[in-house]
Amino acid sequence: MIESVCVVGAGTIGSLFAGHLAQVADVSVLTRRREHADALCEHGLRISGRSDLHARVRATSDPGELPDVDLAIIACKGTDLDDAASSLAGRLPGATLMTVQNGLGAEEVVRRHGDWPLLSAITFMSGTRHSDTEVEYVLDTPTWLGPHEAAPRERAEEVAALIVSSGLKAEAFADLRPAQWSKLIFNATVNGVAALTGLPHDRHFAAENEGDGLGRLVRRLMDEGKAVAVAAGVPPGEDPWEMNIHATQRGSTHRPSMLEDVEANRPTEVESINGALVREAERTGVRAPLQRALYALVRGKEASYS
Amino acid sequence: MGCGAVGSLFAANLAQLEDVEVWAYDLSQPHVDAINAYGLRLTGAGEVAAHVRATTDPAALPTCDFGIVATKAMHTESAVTVSAPALASAAVASVQNGVGNEEVIAHHVTRVIRGTTFPAGKILEPGVVQWDVKGDTTLGPFEPSPAHIGEIERLADACTRSGMPTAAVADARPAQWRKVIFNAATNPVGALTGLTHGRVCERPDLRALVSALVGEGKAVATAQGITLDADPEELIDHAAKPEVAYDHKASMLQDVEARRETEIDFLNGGIGRFGRELGVPTPLNDAVTQLVKALEDSWH
Repeated sequence: MIESVCVVGAGTIGSLFAGHLAQVADVSVLTRRREHADALCEHGLRISGRSDLHARVRATSDPGELPDVDLAIIACKGTDLDDAASSLAGRLPGATLMTVQNGLGAEEVVRRHGDWPLLSAITFMSGTRHSDTEVEYVLDTPTWLGPHEAAPRERAEEVAALIVSSGLKAEAFADLRPAQWSKLIFNATVNGVAALTGLPHDRHFAAENEGDGLGRLVRRLMDEGKAVAVAAGVPPGEDPWEMNIHATQRGSTHRPSMLEDVEANRPTEVESINGALVREAERTGVRAPLQRALYALVRGKEASYS
Repeated sequence: MGCGAVGSLFAANLAQLEDVEVWAYDLSQPHVDAINAYGLRLTGAGEVAAHVRATTDPAALPTCDFGIVATKAMHTESAVTVSAPALASAAVASVQNGVGNEEVIAHHVTRVIRGTTFPAGKILEPGVVQWDVKGDTTLGPFEPSPAHIGEIERLADACTRSGMPTAAVADARPAQWRKVIFNAATNPVGALTGLTHGRVCERPDLRALVSALVGEGKAVATAQGITLDADPEELIDHAAKPEVAYDHKASMLQDVEARRETEIDFLNGGIGRFGRELGVPTPLNDAVTQLVKALEDSWH
């Protein structure tokens, strides 16, 4: 039985988990900023959009104040992951930890800081953060999870069931890596192209008919990514191109996080997404000139902030 | 045709000559009004005050011996279409950026001159142009629909006498492809990242992308039998030096910052079109073309 959950990082995704899971479990939240924790303790967490919830949560910015829990969801951005995981070292002895970062390698980063059983997860849900205590639930797409290393599959199924009972969508897999690669290829391409062009993820990304249609480039980038996945021994699960078509036909256009980051001159997750893909290409000896160009251009864009 | 910075450099200098009468056609009414009221003035690398007749009405143009097309590349078609009557018996030169301009001009006039020019500047206010850098111009026949070599030499001689050093050559393609390869390798990388030329070149991953774009452009030039007159790689490294153009923002980056339509279709897009006709793959030039066009789409 999972009766207590700690959510580490209360950005959009962390807040959506915390607000929903508080309906079915004791939820504590670890924030980076103290004012954020204070606001959550005082006002609770309000979820609007596809859910209408007001959750009471126990929040702190001091990892020493965290109670032991059954499950900890590490929902910070990839760029904050190492700091977040190191703050948990030696704590939460009874917990299973679940990573939901974009890209590859989050499990290895967490592993460096403790020997908790680990679950891998990727989430497709999205939301809009209106304030420290108010998040709108926008896309009710699922979270997929599976065991990492020797973690038992039953644990993944138990966590998926808990998430579903809280009102979110989730599914457990015996091996998450094919899905992780699908999302990696999708994210590297869509986030990178959006960050460079300023376009939200809209119909342009699927337009293949005209000679210079952006969809042609998106397809070529994804084909390169698929070749890397195959060479890495993990043929992608769902076809990233089909995911792209589906997402652009949904009606609501999504602003990828990397686009929001470059518009706000914030560091992006380019290293754990595009960097991870390009490094895998190098390791497996696959030429991926377009993905390599995309990676270099986004890193250049980040360098232009200063 | 097109009296922006480069067009103004030609117009004002040529108007200094006693044997040349210069007319300027431009869409900017304030610029045209200022030129007619106060003359066309250059300042910076050279100080020139010229009497030029300017108009926004192509029907007001007299019959001309020569035309010089200096519009942004995407405006060639409209500019030459409306001024075709005045150019009916003229030899018409492109001094524009990119490749593919002469092909467009040749739809409307029979004797076309392939041109490449390096002087640059910017409009400071209507009627006044900052002349930033002097540089050479190369003119030669546009092979499918050529001007006579004698008239190309006449135009080159007039430009040179006026202070714009210009060579008439039998094959103007090496100079043109050297410039387009340089611009296509550097402009979109600056435009997409926001980095100056020097900062692009000091990042090994971006410098490698620039080289890969140069490589595709060279392959397309080679497939046409063109031997470049200088190596774009050396020109790119030279320009990256602090005392040369380290801090220069590529014109396409300036366009993007001002949300103006870019010349991508005639730079990387042009290299891609020639590549397709010749069977030479240009995947990176195609990719940056698609990215920059998508960037333009994001403004609407």
